[in-house]
Amino acid sequence: MRIEASAVTPPAGSVAVGASSAVDAPARALPAPPRRAVRRRIAWLQAAPLTAVFVVFFLVPLALIAMVSFWRATDYELIPAFTAQSYLDIFAGCGSGDGSCVMLSTYLSTLKFSLLTWAITALLGFAVAYFLAFHVRSTLMQTVLFIVCTVPFWTSNVIRMISWIPLLGRNGLINEALLATGLVQQPQEWLLFSDFSVVLAFVHLYTMFMIVPIFNSMMRIDRSLIEAARDNGATPWQTVLHVIAPLSKTGLLIGSIFVIALVMGDFVTVGVMGGQQIASVGKVIQVQANVLQFPAAAANAIGLLAVVLLMIVALTRLVDLRKEL
Amino acid sequence: MNDDRQETPQPAEGTLPRRSLLKAAGVAAAGLAGFPYVQAQEKITLRYLGTAVNQDKKIAERFEADTGIKIQYVAVTTDDVTKRAVTAPNSFDLIDTEYFSLRKIIPTGNLLGIDTKRIKNADKITTLFTKGEVGGKKVGDQGTAPKKVMYLEKPDAKSFASAPTQYMTLIPTVYNADTLGIRPDLIKRPIESWKELLNPEFKGKAAILNIPSIGIMDAAMVVESMGLYKYPDKGNMTKKEIDLTIKALIDAKKAGQFRALWKDFNESVNLMAAGEVVIQSMWSPAVTAVRTKGIDCVFQPLKEGYRAWAAGFGVPKTLSGKKADAAYEFINWFLDGWAGAYLNRQGYYSAVLETAKAKMEAYEWAYWMEGKPATADIKSPNGDLLAKAGASRDGGSYETRMGGIACWNALMDENVYMVQKWNEFVAA
Repeated sequence: MRIEASAVTPPAGSVAVGASSAVDAPARALPAPPRRAVRRRIAWLQAAPLTAVFVVFFLVPLALIAMVSFWRATDYELIPAFTAQSYLDIFAGCGSGDGSCVMLSTYLSTLKFSLLTWAITALLGFAVAYFLAFHVRSTLMQTVLFIVCTVPFWTSNVIRMISWIPLLGRNGLINEALLATGLVQQPQEWLLFSDFSVVLAFVHLYTMFMIVPIFNSMMRIDRSLIEAARDNGATPWQTVLHVIAPLSKTGLLIGSIFVIALVMGDFVTVGVMGGQQIASVGKVIQVQANVLQFPAAAANAIGLLAVVLLMIVALTRLVDLRKEL
Repeated sequence: MNDDRQETPQPAEGTLPRRSLLKAAGVAAAGLAGFPYVQAQEKITLRYLGTAVNQDKKIAERFEADTGIKIQYVAVTTDDVTKRAVTAPNSFDLIDTEYFSLRKIIPTGNLLGIDTKRIKNADKITTLFTKGEVGGKKVGDQGTAPKKVMYLEKPDAKSFASAPTQYMTLIPTVYNADTLGIRPDLIKRPIESWKELLNPEFKGKAAILNIPSIGIMDAAMVVESMGLYKYPDKGNMTKKEIDLTIKALIDAKKAGQFRALWKDFNESVNLMAAGEVVIQSMWSPAVTAVRTKGIDCVFQPLKEGYRAWAAGFGVPKTLSGKKADAAYEFINWFLDGWAGAYLNRQGYYSAVLETAKAKMEAYEWAYWMEGKPATADIKSPNGDLLAKAGASRDGGSYETRMGGIACWNALMDENVYMVQKWNEFVAA
């Protein structure tokens, strides 16, 4: 899920850029500008390939998922039907108070992880981007430090996560150091296979998705504004708070969309870092699809999509992305 | 982790441009290596769908050397093998799946019964599969025991035959009996019963398998050994029995009994080798893997018996012509001894013992199958030292071990409910 999301987005953007430059090119090449209707038709034609790709690879599958979510299933077959049972099952057991309200609490726990991760990566990402944009003077040094930021991405996701075990484990480096310094008497078990380790891994994985867009926004800030702030007697903190932060909010928003979408859809990190003992919606969908309960999996996929879309809508309400870009 | 592997690229049937592209690539590669074009074109490739544990490179290499037929492994997780068999029967030419999955696969009609008249050693397949007996004695058949799902009345039947017929659903490849794995160096006392998995003594140091169909059986063994409940059939629980079993697990989880749950073979190896866990559900090759790291790990036989599993080859309905012949050739070759001996040396058991014995050294056979102390160092097929001379195998001989089967991995009638409850346990 993560890989798809990050892989799909850049090409979509680059196609759009290519298309718009393609619009300019023929217009310039033609001796006389074509009539309006013709030009409009050409514009539609130019948009058609991307539209077709979206329809075939995005809208149709999504419609199929929505359709299947209303079907029924046995162990080995899907039965076309129209029942909201799969959706009702999300709320099954809620209100009874005996702790069987599993799906809803799974949604809440996934939400908790994405908010925690979002808050921490936003702070860290802002700090790192600020350092890169305003404290590092030479472009060469900026490039070098940027590459350093990508080092965690040089190994596979799974390897990166597994390598936490020798670090945080019962006999891991941190515990050995703590025991050796006498700070603790017993190995600390909450370091691994806990909420802590899940959030730690998420932060480690996704801070980069915050740094890049925030850095990009910061680089576009007119430096004379900062001088003006200083001339008007603003302290460095005031400059950050009242000048830089508001002007970086597009970057912050784009980063937030990345991080929230990635964490909400995750089913690998929570599994590995939580010792498979912490549920996430993505994991539940995977389990349901694996045991061929496609309607239930589809209903949860639609539910998850709705939650993520709502969050993104809420975020774009705060910042008008189109205007800012 | 295996989930990454499921993206193994493979030519999809019917996508012509891609196929011809692949063919062109193949020709180019063959041309570079200096092979004539004709040979490259005639070569048959069998797409072998299964879990990575059973897909040994050396077996494919040896088969290709013997017959010229190429094996292309498609490695996915246990659940995904079933999923593909049900949803994408054109994506493989040979399936290696567990017997309990058959209760999902056979009703779809996607597999064709294997004609035993075309399998040379069919009548030599061990009685564990055909009659549910080891050494003439009946073994436990709770759960999806192979004999219950072994035969079909007609090749295209969608339900199982109650008595042996000419058509087999799967030809067994490997099988074994699983139990708990322990770290004797960290536990420092004998472990004799399944109930130790939930013993508070190992709080925060236990793990259980997170594949519902298998994990629930381990849990049932524990519940029964703790004296909480005696199941009429562990392999086919009622909703009430499922509730009770999951409740025992949830209570233990809330008390902090489990350090982790695991789903992938390598995870279980890591947990055990790192000392995060000292007692857990385990698979025999995982125990071997921990041991090859020089760490003491025992696949502990327990007094309540073993949870057995078995996998076998099946042929999809869509297979015909030369490819079908090649699939039969592979199955026949597999039962012919070399592969059997290879698997026996890894600690599994093979379907036809007689042919495998002929390809093993006498001291190897004595160690692996007769439970006798090794008279020479025992090595894995890769040459790693597994046991020094004088050691004997956990669980003893084939007959003691397989004779001690208490239940089989199972697909219950209430499977949907069970998976839902299992998710509750994971989320608790």
